[in-house]
Amino acid sequence: MKLFAIFLLAAWLASFLRAPDKAPELFAVLPARDGHIGAIVVKSGDSEPTVINSAYGAVRVAGGRRTPAILEYSQVREMFGETLDALPGTPTSYMLYFLEGKDELTDESKRELENVFADLKRRPLPDIMVIGHTDTVGAMDFNDRLSRARADRLREMLIGLGLPADRIQAAGRGERELLVPTADDVSEPKNRRVEISVR
Amino acid sequence: MRKALIGMAVAVAAAFPALAADVGLVKVSKGSVQIERNGAKVAAPVGAAVQASDVIMTGADGSAGITFTDNSLVSVGPNSVFAIDKYRFDSTTHAGEFEGSLRKGRLAAISGKMVKQSPESMKIRTPSAIMGVRGTEFVVQVDEEKK
Repeated sequence: MKLFAIFLLAAWLASFLRAPDKAPELFAVLPARDGHIGAIVVKSGDSEPTVINSAYGAVRVAGGRRTPAILEYSQVREMFGETLDALPGTPTSYMLYFLEGKDELTDESKRELENVFADLKRRPLPDIMVIGHTDTVGAMDFNDRLSRARADRLREMLIGLGLPADRIQAAGRGERELLVPTADDVSEPKNRRVEISVR
Repeated sequence: MRKALIGMAVAVAAAFPALAADVGLVKVSKGSVQIERNGAKVAAPVGAAVQASDVIMTGADGSAGITFTDNSLVSVGPNSVFAIDKYRFDSTTHAGEFEGSLRKGRLAAISGKMVKQSPESMKIRTPSAIMGVRGTEFVVQVDEEKK
């Protein structure tokens, strides 16, 4: 009789342990390729959101109830192997530098452009984004225009070298994204650049 | 004359509907992968454009990977249905919003520039929950109801 009670108790407990496996929804954080651990916030119903910010940290949602969990790498591979294998290649980017106040590349960057072009040419169906930047010399709106002119100029050069025009977009960020932070009105060669990102 | 010009403009606009609203591109397409757009289903091979309000669907042997204009990467596994509910991204300010719904199946994603600029600008809904993305790499699964 006592044995039977223990059996019942064990079965009851086991039903709790098994329950998460049947959970219809699962959210999990994975470590990024560079090792960075991100965070996600999961909300359901009116209760406080669950923040997950550890590697393989997860939350299961079933019947309106959220259950935190930690997954094993092997579980993630088993469940999401085909899905993760379909993630497109990580985008990369290149940097080229310009002469002060102009949309003309420095001599060094003119040479570097050939290497960049060779890399871009190897990618199937590339999506290329050319983003122009300036240093803090000059007014904001002047730098917005200059950064765009630098990006447009580089885009034309890439098209001239043989990359398809419909795969290359250009944008200017003005002085919003300084590579080397400076005060206003500081001439800084490293900030006069275009970033060519490809995915 | 004027009517003819307007007619031509409409015809040209109709011929290139993809140009205006492309928000992403199919980079990986294995097995059966389809896009449902305005009620019609079309095959989605590598190179197919993805637009806001598209629904990506995969068969039992299917999986697909998409790059978005803010560099977000999203993939879906077999037997999955993923709807892009909202997508906009400003390449100058990096402001934007990305809302998608995983109706069933599996999804993996790496967030892009808009999340870096403003955390939780990317959201993924499931039938009973909603996830805000602060970064960077994550997975979501929605099992089909057991019958």
